[in-house]
This record gives sequence, C-alpha cells and structure tokens, in this order.
Amino acid sequence: MRKLFVPVAVVAAAMFLYAPFMILAAPYESTMGLVQKIFYFHASCGMAMFAAAFASGIGSAMFLFSKRPAADRLAVAGAELTSVIGLIVLVTGPLWARKAWGVWWQWDARLTSTLVMWMIFNAYLLLRRYGGPGSDRLAAAVALFGMANVPFVYWSVNVWRTLHPKTSVIPSLQPGMRGPFWFCVVAFLLLFSLLLSLRMELERRRQQLDELYLAAEGD
Amino acid sequence: MNPALSKSGQVVEESAPPAIEQPAAARVTRVSPVTRFARSVFEITRKDLLVEARTREILYTTIFFAVSCVMVFAFGFVREGRPVQDAAAGILWIAIAFSGTLALGRAFERERHGETLRALLIAPIDRPALYLGKLLGILILLAAVEVLVVPLVALMFQAALFSHALLMIGLLAAGTLGFAAVGTLFAAMLVRARSRDVMLPVLLYPITVPVIIAGVRGTAALLAPEADLPMARAWLSMLVFFDVVFVTLALWTFEPVMTE
Amino acid sequence: MKVRTLVLAVLLFAGPAYAQQPPARPANPDGFVPVDTPINAQDTIPAPRLVGIAYGFIWVVLFGYVWSVRTRLASVERELQTVSKRVGSGGH
Repeated sequence: MRKLFVPVAVVAAAMFLYAPFMILAAPYESTMGLVQKIFYFHASCGMAMFAAAFASGIGSAMFLFSKRPAADRLAVAGAELTSVIGLIVLVTGPLWARKAWGVWWQWDARLTSTLVMWMIFNAYLLLRRYGGPGSDRLAAAVALFGMANVPFVYWSVNVWRTLHPKTSVIPSLQPGMRGPFWFCVVAFLLLFSLLLSLRMELERRRQQLDELYLAAEGD
Repeated sequence: MNPALSKSGQVVEESAPPAIEQPAAARVTRVSPVTRFARSVFEITRKDLLVEARTREILYTTIFFAVSCVMVFAFGFVREGRPVQDAAAGILWIAIAFSGTLALGRAFERERHGETLRALLIAPIDRPALYLGKLLGILILLAAVEVLVVPLVALMFQAALFSHALLMIGLLAAGTLGFAAVGTLFAAMLVRARSRDVMLPVLLYPITVPVIIAGVRGTAALLAPEADLPMARAWLSMLVFFDVVFVTLALWTFEPVMTE
Repeated sequence: MKVRTLVLAVLLFAGPAYAQQPPARPANPDGFVPVDTPINAQDTIPAPRLVGIAYGFIWVVLFGYVWSVRTRLASVERELQTVSKRVGSGGH
C-alpha cells in the first residue's frame, strides 16, 4: 500500500493540474453559462462523498461483527472523509444553485438525503470524540443505521416533493462535457483513496499508541 | 446443559412471582423457546411498568414537557387566532419526537442508576428479548403521553384529528414505533457512554428523519380540507416498512453493541 | 490488508459513481423557466465570483484537511516515541 502511495499521488496531482484546462476548454452550457463549470468538481466530490460513506458503512459492519481493528480504522477514516468532502459538496452546490435555480437551497430528495447523511456522519464523529470508552462500537451502529436510512430519506422526500413543482433542470451531458467530467471524477476518486489511506495510517498509529499506553500501565 | 439453568425464566412457583434467576432446586417445566422468549419480553416490560407505576415520574414529566412544547409552538405558529396551515401536523410530531427523546433518556438513566441494565445483560435472557421488552415499555409510556397530547393539539390548533381516527391511530402507532425502535437501541447503547444526555438527540434526530417526514405528511394529508386518504395510506405503508427494517436492524445489532 | 482496503474502496464507488450521473431529463414544462425581461445587473451575483469562490473553497478545504491529518500524524508519532522510550527504560 505504501509503495502505491507516491505513484498514485503523482498521477492525482498531474490530473488536478491538468483539470482546470480541460474544464475551461469544455463547452459552455446553454442556460447556465460559466457557473455550470462548478459542476465538474461538485459532482465528482458528490461521488467521492458517497464512496466515503459506503466505506465507513462497510467498515462499521465489519467492525461490529468481527471486531477487527482494521475495520474500525476504515470506518473512522471513511466517516471523516464523508464529513469533509460533504462540506465541499454542500457549499459548492448552493453556489451553483444560486445561479442555476435562483435559490441557495431546495428541499428535493437528493439535497435532503445528502444533508441528512452528512449530519449522521458528523454525529458519528461527535460520538467518537465525546462518547468516552466503548464509543467505537456505538459509532459503528450509528454508521450502519445511517447507511440503512439514506434510501428511506430519499424515498420519503421524493414522495413529499412530487406534490410540488420541480425546479431543477439538469441537462444531459453534451459530448464536449463528458471528457472533463469523467476526468475530474477519476481525479477525485484517486484523491479520495489517497486521503483514505492517509487517514487510516493516522488511526493505525493512534491504536499503536493506545496499546503502548496500556502496556506501560501494565508494568 | 443443566436444564434448571437454561430454563430458569420459566420456573413455575405458586407463591413467589417468577424471578429471572432461580436456584437449582426449583421445579422445572418444559416450555417452547417461543414461549420462553415471549415471557422474557413480558417480564421485562412488566418490571419497567411496575417501577414507573410506583412513582409515575417519567409519565408526568413527559406529559408536562409535551404540553409545554405544544404551547411554545403555538406562540410561533398561530397568527391572529388562526393557526398556520399544516402547523398542527408538524407540531404534533415534533412534540412526540422531543418528549420521546426525553422519556428514553430518563428511562435508561434509571437503569444506569440502579445498575439494573448490567444485571439484565448478565441474566440468561436472549438479548433480542431484552430489547423488545424495553421497546414495549417505552411504547406504552409514549402511547399514554399521546393519548393526552393528540386531543390537546386538536383543540389548540383546531385540527380535525379524529375525522379518520383509524388512519390517525395507525400513523401515530407506526411512527412512534419507528422512533422508539431506533431510540431504544441508541439509548441502551449510550447508557455507559459519556455525554449521553446530548448524544441521544444528536444521534436520534438525523436517523429518524424519514419517520418524522412520513408522520407529518401523513397527518397533514388527513387534516387537509378534503382529506387525502390514499396519500395518508401511502405514508402509513412507508412507516410500516421503515418499522420492519429498523426493528430488524436493531435486533440484529443489539447483541454486538451491548456486549463488552 | 491496505491493498485490499483500497481495492474494496475502489469497487465500492463503482455503484455510487454510476448513480451520481446527472440524469438525462428533458426541460420540465412546469419547472425551470428562463427569465425573459432584462435583469438588473444589481440583482444578480456575477458568475465568475461564484465560480472563483467555489474552486477556492475546494482547494482551501482539501489542503486544510491534508495539513490537519499531517499535523495529527506528527504529534502521534512524537508521542509514540516518548512513550516507547519510557516503556523501553523499564516502566514509569
């Protein structure tokens, strides 16, 4: 894993350096103009956020039922990344929406379920920080419930909102936009895996430290 | 396996009430696992209700809190003597959620204080039975609170909450069950955690968002000038589905979460 | 273990990646309608500013997060060294 880190980092850095050029060269979207360019990073971050959430959910499930420390590391790292990348998504989205829809926020299914999921993982991090001993297992249960919850939130808001007129119009991607879009997606997913492994390394050192403290007390 | 120990919940004695742990000398009758499970659940619920019946502390304080909640919202949502549209539905469910959280916190605080949760965990009861017993106790408590709060909301907000009573009761039951199912699990697992008072709402509200949405929209559908019954039934079925999924999930995770 | 985790993570976001594609939706007749009348320049926020803020925010957050993880890692490493020295020298 550590051997892969530097090459992947180099590739990701190169992609991020090249991305702005691709984005600028991409065609303008007809109704939204320049503001639509936020979409390339915003949607890629959205994918990375869901990846992080799933990673945390899988890690939590594995940790609850197998008690492996590595699973717990995955759960924590995934949760923290969900929170950070989610912050990016929830800030860049409204910045784009202000121009595209005329409002900063909309209570449609996707936005609401993203917001709720972000809140759940923030709650996860709060619990781990302030919950005291044993909070790793409790937080794992929270992550599991959170993951199971997302489809329900999506479904309920969808049903709720079908009574109201839709104001979102996301056009199908023009051919000129698909290249930059997928380029950005790959770049962000690479970045996500780098950040995930970095954060897991931190967690691994912390667990080592805890064990060392326990060993020191045992003397 | 020693039959006296494995079936200790079912020892039949005429004089004393059935206790959870029994000395080996007690008589033993063979009962099916289902009956044993059901009896464990019943015993736990009965214990909770008995303790509560003596002081009625949680019941009274929760009712009072729910009523104050409704009152405070009335100040915000009643304009010139008329309530804002759909306010009644939202306020009802917010009051249920807030007072439910309070009741859950208090109920498990009592367990922590008496160290009884630990005793229950050590006792030879199936963990799922423990969870269901506690859930049933909380449900009965919340039902008692709702019996008072729902007519109060109907009164204060001039809402026709009883025009379709069966659907309304169904929505309330399914919604309260969904809320309590998640709440019981989280409250139980937070018993030994730090900052448990603030952690319970922090964890509970995001996860019970679908329950609140479905409950409020279902109730609002019933309260609309021309009651939208198919819509209310749709929300009710969503609530039932949510309940099934989350009670199952809670039963599944209760064991690994509660063990040391 | 880490390679497996990475592979697992890569496989995990295949699904969400597919789901997050912007759906091909025709213009909704009762939805978004472009404004006909000329808009006062003061009513709108200039687009380049929004784009600039968005990208700037992304960079700040990402770099900030990497910096935060690095700092925490350094402090944990330092603490590991101190504690292991203490343990190595035979107890407290």
